[in-house]
Amino acid sequence: MLIRRPPDIRESEVTDEGLYIDRRQFIRRAAAAGAGLGLAATAAPLAALGGDAGAMQDDELTPYDVVTGYNNFYEFGIGKEDPAKNAHTLKVRPWTITVEGECNKPGIYDIEDLLMRYPAEERIYRLRCVEAWSMVIPWLGFPLADFINDLEPTSHAQFVEFRTLHDPEQMPGQRRRVLDWPYVEGLRMDEAMHPLTVLSVGLYGKTLPNQNGAPIRLVVPWKYGFKSIKSIVSLRFTREMPPTSWAQQAPNEYGFYANVNPEVDHPRWSQSRERRLGEFRRRETLMFNGYAEQVAHLYEGLDLGRNY
Amino acid sequence: MERSVRVAVFVLALVPLARIVAQVLGGGLGGNPIEEMLHRTGWWTLAFIMLTLAVTPVRRLTGIGWLVKLRRMLGLYAFFYATVHFAVYVGIDQFFAWEYILEDIGERPYITVGFTALLILVPLAATSTKRMIKRLGGRRWNRLHRLVYVAAALGVLHFLWLVKADIREPVIFGAVLATLLGYRLVAGRLKKLGSLAWFGNSRPSLRGAEEQGR
Repeated sequence: MLIRRPPDIRESEVTDEGLYIDRRQFIRRAAAAGAGLGLAATAAPLAALGGDAGAMQDDELTPYDVVTGYNNFYEFGIGKEDPAKNAHTLKVRPWTITVEGECNKPGIYDIEDLLMRYPAEERIYRLRCVEAWSMVIPWLGFPLADFINDLEPTSHAQFVEFRTLHDPEQMPGQRRRVLDWPYVEGLRMDEAMHPLTVLSVGLYGKTLPNQNGAPIRLVVPWKYGFKSIKSIVSLRFTREMPPTSWAQQAPNEYGFYANVNPEVDHPRWSQSRERRLGEFRRRETLMFNGYAEQVAHLYEGLDLGRNY
Repeated sequence: MERSVRVAVFVLALVPLARIVAQVLGGGLGGNPIEEMLHRTGWWTLAFIMLTLAVTPVRRLTGIGWLVKLRRMLGLYAFFYATVHFAVYVGIDQFFAWEYILEDIGERPYITVGFTALLILVPLAATSTKRMIKRLGGRRWNRLHRLVYVAAALGVLHFLWLVKADIREPVIFGAVLATLLGYRLVAGRLKKLGSLAWFGNSRPSLRGAEEQGR
């Protein structure tokens, strides 16, 4: 895996901006980088993207053990600790992504080629689960837009649909029909092309652990976690809004957009606050998970109460 | 025998709580220990309600009459775990954010029914003493304590409405409850028909209170 150092911003500038001043965090990140691929991780990409510095002030990285030990990945079991226990059965090589639909470059893309072509950079994002807990994760990945641009979607492409591997041998959780397998997710084209949207191949400077969606997964930080589909094997450009898994499962509870929104409660629980894992007190949930500045314009004129 | 079983049950019933406490202190409850504490104390509340409701059928089917003496203890443990569950919710999960707690109880159906179930258990726990049975009289006491069926059903509903997609565990609890209540229904009918013989020899069904009070 090639890892590109975040461009443009020097470490000193990051410090000057007063971000990530917490020493524990610094040490943890340094340790992560050292243990990983020797990457000199910096917080630059987020700063470069104009992250809401005020909101980021107290965003400490969630410990590696929690990020990799507390997962919703029903393909490996329902319990939060099941994926870490069971995901070893997933074979992440060879791995391909089948590209179909409204584009000029459909085909079968090998993960190794993607890793060569799109160097991974670090993105520190908040992850807000629809269940009202959250983490802060240093992902490694590349913008989905880079990949999509190379696939040359046609003017008919309105949405991108993603699918997770469907193989009950490798994913024992699929033997029970908890969801209608395979897991399907989707984004509007403008959401998919947004610079915050990444395909992740690693975290904490290391290759993505199986339970976190290896070998390649989506990360859309302003949406509830279930939008960030794991272990992707297919990508399809469509004219119609894709039938996404949770929206199919419970249409009155989960919508296509699934933007983090403290104003719009889940029918059964409040979304106004969240528990950041590792913290005792709940904290206020931020509009678009704190990325409003970057993404709110995508939804101008859209009724977010209706289009949850 | 009786006595040692009672002591054993009393001690065993504390094991789940001891394990939770030990794991909280030792960091063995995973990434979201507060949620895990809530889930486990809730699960054990339901388990103890089911065990309490199982006493009468088991006693009838086995003919071991003194089992009824376990019933009050198991019932009180159900109340105890429900109280711990609620205390964890109020004091740890919400950290006494009353505004949110009241909103939860008023507006989130699964919390509304769970809280209702807890409220129902309060008078049952309060009238569990020998003295209260005497004061109320066996009949009234029995009628009051039939509310435990409602609490059990609300407890299962509380669990069912909480889960996202995997309804297996709440459905199992629901099936157990249906079996335990179904037994009572059938036993009641048969008693009316005067053909209790094959259903396990025993005394009339609603005399539990006096027996328990000894």
